[in-house]
Amino acid sequence: MSLRQIAFYGKGGIGKSTTSQNTLAALVELDQKILIVGCDPKADSTRLILHAKAQDTVLHLAAEAGSVEDLELEDVLKIGYKGIKCVESGGPEPGVGCAGRGVITSINFLEENGAYDDVDYVSYDVLGDVVCGGFAMPIRENKAQEIYIVMSGEMMALYAANNIAKGILKYAHSGGVRLGGLICNERQTDKEIDLASALAGRLGTQLIHFVPRDNIVQHAELRRMTVIEYAPDSQQAQEYRQLANKVHANKGKGTIPTPITMEELEEMLMDFGIMKSEEQQLAELQAKEAAKA
Amino acid sequence: MSHPVSQSADKVIDHFTLFRQPEYKELFERKKTEFEYGHSDEEVARVSAWTKTEEYKEKNFAREAIVINPTKACQPIGAMFAAQGFEGTLPFVHGSQGCVAYYRTHLTRHFKEPNSAVSSSMTEDAAVFGGLNNMIDGLANAYSLYKPKMIAVLTTCMAEVIGDDLSGFINNAKNKESVPQDFPVPFAHTPAFVGSHIVGYDNMIKGVLTYFWGTSENFDTPKNETINLIPGFDGYAVGNNRELKRIAGLFGIEMTILSDVSDNFDTPADGEYRMYDGGTPLEATKQAVHAKATISMQEYCTPQSLQFIKEKGQQVAKFNYPLGVAATDELLLKLAELSGKAVPAELKLERGRLVDAIADSHTHLHGKRFAVYGDPDFCLGMSKFLMELGAEPVHILSTSGSKKWEKQVQKVLDASPFGKSGKAYGGKDLWHLRSLLFTDTVDYIIGNSYGKYLERDTKIPLIRLTYPIFDRHHHHRYPTWGYQGALNVLVRILDRIFEDMDANTNIVGETDYSFDLVR
Repeated sequence: MSLRQIAFYGKGGIGKSTTSQNTLAALVELDQKILIVGCDPKADSTRLILHAKAQDTVLHLAAEAGSVEDLELEDVLKIGYKGIKCVESGGPEPGVGCAGRGVITSINFLEENGAYDDVDYVSYDVLGDVVCGGFAMPIRENKAQEIYIVMSGEMMALYAANNIAKGILKYAHSGGVRLGGLICNERQTDKEIDLASALAGRLGTQLIHFVPRDNIVQHAELRRMTVIEYAPDSQQAQEYRQLANKVHANKGKGTIPTPITMEELEEMLMDFGIMKSEEQQLAELQAKEAAKA
Repeated sequence: MSHPVSQSADKVIDHFTLFRQPEYKELFERKKTEFEYGHSDEEVARVSAWTKTEEYKEKNFAREAIVINPTKACQPIGAMFAAQGFEGTLPFVHGSQGCVAYYRTHLTRHFKEPNSAVSSSMTEDAAVFGGLNNMIDGLANAYSLYKPKMIAVLTTCMAEVIGDDLSGFINNAKNKESVPQDFPVPFAHTPAFVGSHIVGYDNMIKGVLTYFWGTSENFDTPKNETINLIPGFDGYAVGNNRELKRIAGLFGIEMTILSDVSDNFDTPADGEYRMYDGGTPLEATKQAVHAKATISMQEYCTPQSLQFIKEKGQQVAKFNYPLGVAATDELLLKLAELSGKAVPAELKLERGRLVDAIADSHTHLHGKRFAVYGDPDFCLGMSKFLMELGAEPVHILSTSGSKKWEKQVQKVLDASPFGKSGKAYGGKDLWHLRSLLFTDTVDYIIGNSYGKYLERDTKIPLIRLTYPIFDRHHHHRYPTWGYQGALNVLVRILDRIFEDMDANTNIVGETDYSFDLVR
């Protein structure tokens, strides 16, 4: 089987790393050999698989050794839950250096040193927004074929999802990258599933799975485990398994996204009654003042 | 000024003489005492003597935070060199302008030829918003102004740090009709802060082959009888590539040299300006995927390219800058094995003549101690040849040399009794070598023009035999490979030995008892 490369993007704090690790843990049950490449200077993309925060990031060790050329693959490649291979790119402290260049350096290092040999899946976990060229590395040609955007019903998460779609579009015409779908991580906001489906429709993609909120995720996370490992028979584990199955079956079915403007996004929210139009807001304000008087 | 001015329009004195006239001597002296406030001559002499000690050598080798005169250049130079060996190819450097001027100058100073390349001229706004527009406009301008047959894109540090995606940018530029869709625009990411010129060379060769051959692995690509040869980054490319073509011709082998700069870096002055000259034809480059095998003359210049070529189902063979009798034997036997053709009689004669020449001069070479520095492959090839001559390679140093390279050199040294005092120094620079030369001296240094400062300090004669050679002309037009090439190298070494001998025996009535007519 040829190598399949996917990437998870999404707004910071949306549960991207949690969702991706649980999904990948479920993918292992489908006999898939997996490599996770964490592309976040915080280096927490593999914590639940490794049961510890990876300290030996590529860039940390490269800085110690003097140059990335002095690194060996074994130094940075850790084996976690059920043989999942994990690498954290790492990066500089907040406020200094260039984390984007770090992502480029790490991915080049991994490719050149054969980290991608003998795996079925490479999964990139990429921080927040695609803020610079470096964070777009995983969606360049010959890298991730499909991008999965983790989002929720919150306005800013929708906004970020749309922005990421813009980034994918930029590379979709020149390369082979496609949007695989949206993964909605429930926040219990109003009409969340409808909103997520509607946005997926507008972006020309699908809501690949709606992951319900369940406290068991927090319980597992406190124990540095995925739900798949911590409570394999739970309903939530089943949800992640479904998601993994859908991702697995989604090969080659990604689409070129059709991102929308900020105005269109706001209109959509108004249609769902989540955001009020200026006239509505004004009318309500006047009504309030009238009531006071 | 108290002295009359020596310079006059009637009799112009050049700088060698002019600055030795009294008025300039006085001026320099005043500058020194009134403005420079340097240390006393005694203090300078004391420190200078200290830098020659074993104690200083230890400190020097413990050095961590500074590199002084590394024996390497940056990736883009290697990539530009590789690109210029293809027919009608214009190197296009995506990044800021000054970098490109440097690459061009560096190559021009060695080959004494104009060196054409363009830049996408990225400035502050491109650093913030990405260089896509520079790529779109730059490709359109370069294509219409300079009418190349191929544009090979490489990068500077700036484009690499902000993460510009060449593949995507070039496709976008084609979609905007900067160049026709089917116009070849191969590319290579060449961050100057990673690796060196030999890595850049590898990246560009791989980039060009990827463009013509496609990215996917295909071990079943149909094969024919041709053989590809990748020379690697080589200051003697003009002479060497022509020699390789001559050898292939004698064999009757159809050989494609992948990146042949020999004509582009040696254009005739016949009244016609050639912006591009010679180079590997693009059609031949495309067809080269069907060759039965590819030979790399320099292993460390081609690791990724060879891997890529292997994945197309070709046999690959690699050499380390083959110099001398045994190394040439190996190369010719490999050609014979791959082509199924016998080694031509003419080459056998050349071999015999070379062996004869070595035997004629062996008394002057035997036991002579050498320091060798340069690229990893050159150091390997040169050391091997020296031992073949009965000389001893003692310090073998390459800034681009890895641990693996050090082991490889050691293996070569171990195979000969002349290698027992030799040691390889990977990742070290010429200031390290300076310490080695003072604490464990040698008879001769083999390197490039930068070695002249070592020669000045240590009084050990320098033999310029590798890139860059800025201060001697035209040596790159003669081969160093093949039996003929080995003969050239032998003569260069011997000339220096005899000049040195004469210079040390020429005091009348004192040392001239050895100032012999016959050597």
